[in-house]
Amino acid sequence: MRLRRLTGLFLFSIITAAFSPAMAADLKVGVGADITSMDPHYVNLFPNNGVAEHIYNKLVTLDPDSRLIPDLAESWTTVDPTTWEFKLRKGVKFHDGSDFTAADVIFSYDRVGKIPNSPGPFTVYTKAIISSEIVDDHTIRFKTAAPYPLLPNDLSTIYIVSKKVAGTATTEDFNAGKVNIGTGPFKFVEFKRGDRIELARNDAYWGKKPAWEKVTLRILPNDPTRLAALLSGDVDAIENIPTPDFAKIKANPNLLTSTKTSHRIIFFHIDQLRDQTPFVTDKDGKPLEKNPFKDLKVRQAISKAIDREAIKTRVMEGLSLPTGNLVPAPMFGHVPSLTPEKYDLDGAKKLLAEAGYPNGFNLTLHAPNNRYVNDDQIAQTVAQMLTRAGITTKIVTMPMGVYLGHASKLEYSFAMLGWGASTGESSSALRPLLATFTPDKGLGGFNWGRYSNPAMDAVLAKAMATIDDKQREALLQEAAILSMKDIGLLPLHHQINTWATKKGVVYTPRTDEYTLAQEFQPK
Amino acid sequence: MLTFILKRLGESFFVLLVMSLLVFTGVYAIGNPVDLLIAPEATAQDIEQVTRSLGLDKPLWEQYFYFLKQVLNGDLGRSFMFSTPAIELLLSRMPATMELALAAMFIATVLGIPLGLIAGLKADSWIGKTIMTVSILGFSLPTFWVGLVLIMFFAVELGWLPSSGRGPTSTLLGMPVSFLSWDGLKHLFLPALNLALFKLALIIRLTRAGTQEALLQDYVKYARAKGLRARRIIGVHVLKNIMIPIVTVIGLEFGSVIAFAIVTESIFAWPGMGKLLIDSINNLDRPVIVAYLCVIVVFFVVINLLVDLAYAFLDPRVRLGASAK
Repeated sequence: MRLRRLTGLFLFSIITAAFSPAMAADLKVGVGADITSMDPHYVNLFPNNGVAEHIYNKLVTLDPDSRLIPDLAESWTTVDPTTWEFKLRKGVKFHDGSDFTAADVIFSYDRVGKIPNSPGPFTVYTKAIISSEIVDDHTIRFKTAAPYPLLPNDLSTIYIVSKKVAGTATTEDFNAGKVNIGTGPFKFVEFKRGDRIELARNDAYWGKKPAWEKVTLRILPNDPTRLAALLSGDVDAIENIPTPDFAKIKANPNLLTSTKTSHRIIFFHIDQLRDQTPFVTDKDGKPLEKNPFKDLKVRQAISKAIDREAIKTRVMEGLSLPTGNLVPAPMFGHVPSLTPEKYDLDGAKKLLAEAGYPNGFNLTLHAPNNRYVNDDQIAQTVAQMLTRAGITTKIVTMPMGVYLGHASKLEYSFAMLGWGASTGESSSALRPLLATFTPDKGLGGFNWGRYSNPAMDAVLAKAMATIDDKQREALLQEAAILSMKDIGLLPLHHQINTWATKKGVVYTPRTDEYTLAQEFQPK
Repeated sequence: MLTFILKRLGESFFVLLVMSLLVFTGVYAIGNPVDLLIAPEATAQDIEQVTRSLGLDKPLWEQYFYFLKQVLNGDLGRSFMFSTPAIELLLSRMPATMELALAAMFIATVLGIPLGLIAGLKADSWIGKTIMTVSILGFSLPTFWVGLVLIMFFAVELGWLPSSGRGPTSTLLGMPVSFLSWDGLKHLFLPALNLALFKLALIIRLTRAGTQEALLQDYVKYARAKGLRARRIIGVHVLKNIMIPIVTVIGLEFGSVIAFAIVTESIFAWPGMGKLLIDSINNLDRPVIVAYLCVIVVFFVVINLLVDLAYAFLDPRVRLGASAK
């Protein structure tokens, strides 16, 4: 008797679940990295920012192509070269119904600097502002010490929280979900550490209303697990499909895929500083008298010896875009004339001979093995290609946490790195990667090859003081051309971002790699 | 008895001290988390300021002594990544791991002892041989592979069970648990089974060996001669005598189930401590790594202690007071 009642109940629950109309308006997304904090100002970490993108707005944001577009600011201009004026959107309300005003902006920017113990603070993006002034509730002025054209780009990283609610809030308060009030398309519901984040639609959203009433972001860092969750229907969409599975997913009639060239470039830094470089020897293993990489011909030979198309088809399963640029089209600062170097083995050998290395030399290249898509396999492939040209190459790979410390101490000769122009313009690659190492100015911090070209530095410095977008873009392009002609670094490709959705849901893919519930649409 | 327990705790204190020193030095040698996390546009001053605010600019010994001082105040440090006290972070993840480990040990014991008994009693029959053959698979197949096969079969192909994650939780004795609801059980079953397989095989083999040995003992022969029923012989004379090695193994293996649930947690996206540890190692989040290992060491110590106490309970010949002399 009791059993029958239980069975009845069970059947009933199955039937109601299957026909529940609420199902259609829910979206479950499998995301690929753990989320450490709900405080949008605690640490500048990509997965955390990916959640904040749902709940909060910024003054300026990036569109799917990573071009700057208005967000909470309707427009911005420079009053004089060191004063920026931002006109704020009117009628915007926070999730608790209070009005968004200039005071919230000032509060948020101040809060960034007051977060204790952040290992990656956002202050880097607010420090250009030396003073700010509220003109009226919807007009705000920022002063910079010198002309600083990147202010809108920098401010596209800072989330606006409510002064009223988060006035004295700590990071703990955000993690506990007490003060997570923004102006964004979704309201915060719950954060379960290591498991999921629940969001609900903000019906009073000022912008385009999202299609989903309830959104669950499931944290599924393990690739096969994320894929299985999609295949079994536990989630409706996932990001970052492992490259070996992409063709199968694409062929699956129940799934849709979307792809977009990433802002992330994968490249090698080549030691151009030292007269002797630690991981280069002659064919007998004895140190070479001089560092061959200082010779442009050797760097050109290496670039010609690498078959970027083969890496694309064989290693990346088609999911890369071979490049000779620092940022993909149509990002600010992309140079159409910088095409990827063509594979030319004979040309490479000839250049090596001209440089005085007809028999090549020995090299050990270093790469991370858990950071970029197929990073260790790319390293292996490049090593084989160089070996074919006469540079007998061994590889050493290690986890990013170990790798980065050694690499930034310049312990390597030929080292892989990936870089995403996260603020949407090419100077965010030029300044840290190629400008002459000048730590006081924050230049060349990741220039592991210590490439240095005073002409390029001058053009870059001029660009950084040029407010006019057209002129600045031309200068940035010039800087890119100068440094790429010198092979200041050796570009391989841009990664291709991938998403898969179940049939009936489509995603607008993004260059900045974010997976945003508001960009999913029922079809 | 009390001296025994006190001596044990004293020993474990030194283990903790040595372990924390090793981890501290190890993570220090790997690198600086600020390198991994600072924005690329940061200037040298920015980096220096952040490093100083985290106390990472000080020499290693100074950092370590500061850590010890804080530990005496009951503070294991704050996670760099999460900005939460490390111990609080671990405790928030611990119920999920404990639930998974207990469920796995439950499956392993409840299935393992009867199957092992059958295999021991009917060693030459087809059923005994089948159990033993299958248990070899439990030993030899890698956990992550079995986990993926379980997901592919039960979640993707059949669609009976969810592929990953933890079900809805409710509170039991102040702890969030998920096994009280049907949905929670469905989420728990596959990871628990995955984690249980190795231990299941172990317990089957151990029980079988013990049973076969016990069957040859004089007291079993005598009980038979006395005309006792088979059920009583097995239940009392055999089972009770083979429990000592089994309890030892269950106890010790429980510790390793918790410590090595990492693989299962990763594959099934189970929000436990193991997943936290892997992320923390990748991000050089030293306070979390140290706190995790301290917790695990304490676990092992406590479990070993409980196992020893269980001996005394199961076998009156073992006198703990005597062994402590």
